[in-house]
Amino acid sequence: MFTALLTFKKNVDTTLTDGSSFNASMQTSPASMINQYKFEEDADTKDIFVTVDNPESHVTAIETYITYRVMTKTTRSEFDSSEFEVRRRYQDFLWLKGRLEEAHPTLIAHPLPEKFVVKGMVERFNEDFIETRRRALHRFLNKIAEHPIFSSSEDFKIFLTAASGELTSHKKQGPGFLSRMGDTVKAVAAAVRGVRNRPQEFTEMQEYVEAFSQKISSLDKVTQRIVREQKEYLEELKECGPTYALWSQSEEELAEPLKNVAGCVDRCCKETEEQVKNLSDHLIPVLHEYVLCADTLKAVLRRRDNIQADFEAKTEALATKKADRDTMRNDLDKAEDRLEWANNALKSDWTRWQKVMRTDLRSAFVDTAERNVSYYEKCLAVWESFLHSQRTDAEGNGKVDFS
Amino acid sequence: MADSGSEDIAVIGNTDLTPLESENNLKNTMVEKGTSLLKKMEISVAEAEKRTGKNAVNMQETYTVYLIETRPVDAASEGTNPVLDSLWKRYSEFELLRNYLLVTYPFAVVPPLPEKRAEFVWHKLSADNMDPDFVERRRVGLENFLLRVASHPVLSSDKIFYLFLTEENGWKETVFETGFQAKADSRLKALNATFRVKNPDKRFAEMKHYGDELQSVISQLLRVRARAADRLYGVYKVHGNYGRVFSEWSAIEKEMGDGLQSAGHHMDAYAASVDDILEEEEHYADQLKEYLFYADALRTVCRKHELTQYELEMAVQDLTSKKQQREELATGTIRTFSLKGMTSKLFGQETPEQREAKLKMLETQIEEGEEQVKERNAECDEFVKSAWVDIERFKEQKDHDLRESLISYAIMQISMCKKGIQVWNNAKECFNKM
Repeated sequence: MFTALLTFKKNVDTTLTDGSSFNASMQTSPASMINQYKFEEDADTKDIFVTVDNPESHVTAIETYITYRVMTKTTRSEFDSSEFEVRRRYQDFLWLKGRLEEAHPTLIAHPLPEKFVVKGMVERFNEDFIETRRRALHRFLNKIAEHPIFSSSEDFKIFLTAASGELTSHKKQGPGFLSRMGDTVKAVAAAVRGVRNRPQEFTEMQEYVEAFSQKISSLDKVTQRIVREQKEYLEELKECGPTYALWSQSEEELAEPLKNVAGCVDRCCKETEEQVKNLSDHLIPVLHEYVLCADTLKAVLRRRDNIQADFEAKTEALATKKADRDTMRNDLDKAEDRLEWANNALKSDWTRWQKVMRTDLRSAFVDTAERNVSYYEKCLAVWESFLHSQRTDAEGNGKVDFS
Repeated sequence: MADSGSEDIAVIGNTDLTPLESENNLKNTMVEKGTSLLKKMEISVAEAEKRTGKNAVNMQETYTVYLIETRPVDAASEGTNPVLDSLWKRYSEFELLRNYLLVTYPFAVVPPLPEKRAEFVWHKLSADNMDPDFVERRRVGLENFLLRVASHPVLSSDKIFYLFLTEENGWKETVFETGFQAKADSRLKALNATFRVKNPDKRFAEMKHYGDELQSVISQLLRVRARAADRLYGVYKVHGNYGRVFSEWSAIEKEMGDGLQSAGHHMDAYAASVDDILEEEEHYADQLKEYLFYADALRTVCRKHELTQYELEMAVQDLTSKKQQREELATGTIRTFSLKGMTSKLFGQETPEQREAKLKMLETQIEEGEEQVKERNAECDEFVKSAWVDIERFKEQKDHDLRESLISYAIMQISMCKKGIQVWNNAKECFNKM
């Protein structure tokens, strides 16, 4: 990936990576650039490591919020040092994502964990919530770091390295409010206009995304339901052990095996509890992230459509209007380039995203299956040891002949 | 622990005893320790059938009959097919048999019948008496009952029991003719005795208390187990949804499609596996239920002891009071308050002739009373002796059977775990191909 980045940077105007609006005066055509995208997944050549940990609560006069420690270790030359440690809050992550999406509207950014939503009893400062969020933020930054384009973003670099004060002033530098408003108006106008000749492959992408979104949401819901049912099973199972123990108190010969069974049931309870936690901690967050991914994909496709709609509108304008033909021609060329760029970027990133999705979901399910096997193996051992104790007992007492 | 476990299990041998096998183990134990009856004949309840007919109030009803098969055990004729006797009986006839045994052998812990109505059900299990699964489990329970009676040292030689196994028609009349119903103790009498008895044998009091505890704890265990079974069913079945969604998802994917599709099949298999698992657990629940009902039989014996003891105490008390009356009459002193005494004070003393007559009557009563005390004492001792023998026998049987049940429960859990390991390993392989 590092090789790809170097090649990429040599050929492109660096204004592209500083988050400012698209500069049409590039030296290279998008097509040749795409050829330089190399998406080899060389883990050995990974040259940047990011971790998110150590949540801390901050109290000010106006608000209370959590910051996370973001640590970076890198060998990249564009970084001044090889190690960085900064503290960032959720808002900062939101800002980063926004900047990346603005600069690359048709690239696919990994989703951020959702903003705090009042759902049931979840508190913003609840330990589990914070931990889940921390893990998701960690995954987000790592996905950005692994993305061939995003990871060379200047905003990303500043996010990882700048002191809080620096970051705040840098945030203020972005395209102004009015310019952002202008972009939004353009986007809405384009959306209203609608795209006329969407290429088949993007329509297929949209259909896929619709279906994928449904399936992954279903999987998320099914898994949550399994967790609920497991918890209810656990509630009942927790009463079995004590009942066997109670029984053992009335018995003489049977006291020992009954106490033993009580112990076995209790141990299986503990294993079941851990298994439920594993599902909640490992599988559900990944499924949930891909639900959000599906939403991101939909947004990306929408943005691409808007860029195309804008191009189509400008084409029409040139054909119909008489005045300002030169300016309009210039605008049209820019729009055409923007469209070509957007389409190619999306196509490449789509391939990359599919690979990453496949890897992520495969390992999440493999992991779940492994944990389930381990759960059953542990319970198996518990009951086999009970059997062993009963049979050696019986043979020792000469009561039963197992030959 | 898991590492040493596998080596030792190889030494121990087969851990895959099915519940049917462990029930056979039970049967074999009963047959081995065999009574003379079991040495002569094999008994089984082979089938169940639905019948319709008119009942006592001339209304149509549907009921189930059970086929009792008996076969002579003849070592000499191995290889040739022995003659099979069979007859059909209803559940109510089994009940009649048991009631007869209860009254006729009050010192015995009489084996219980399978439950009349399905209790401790969880949602999938039917509470309907006509449900085929319920009927099947009842068939097994009835067979178990017959084998228990047939292996009881005293009950097995009962004539009525023998006739039950060999006579289809007219058996009911024969039972009624024994007049056993007249010998039954009224519940009121028994309850009265329980409250009023002064010196019951301590061992019986303890046994009764044990029976109470056993009944309470097994009820609780059955309740909790049924609820847990219900929940476990839910967990497994929801996994079936994975199967459906994986299958749908595989349709839109290219490279992941095959892995997803086959993983989906394993999820379906996992969801389906719970039906067998829980059916096996029902056998375990039935074994516990048998001892739940046995607890009641145990308490019945203890209550009978209280009754005989109470009757003895009453006889002794009666005798003592009669002796006291004689003394008062003979010596002319009135030590105890009596209406007679009051009236004689008010209306004058009796004549010497009247007193003589009274004394004579008392003497006779005292003689009778002494006889009765002797009888009841003997009855009580006899009862205590034979009841305690049967209670000891029952204790040994219970300890052995319940231990086997716990072992079979462990085996079931092991089987369930092994199935789970297999399914999830298979699924993992499929996921790896995603």
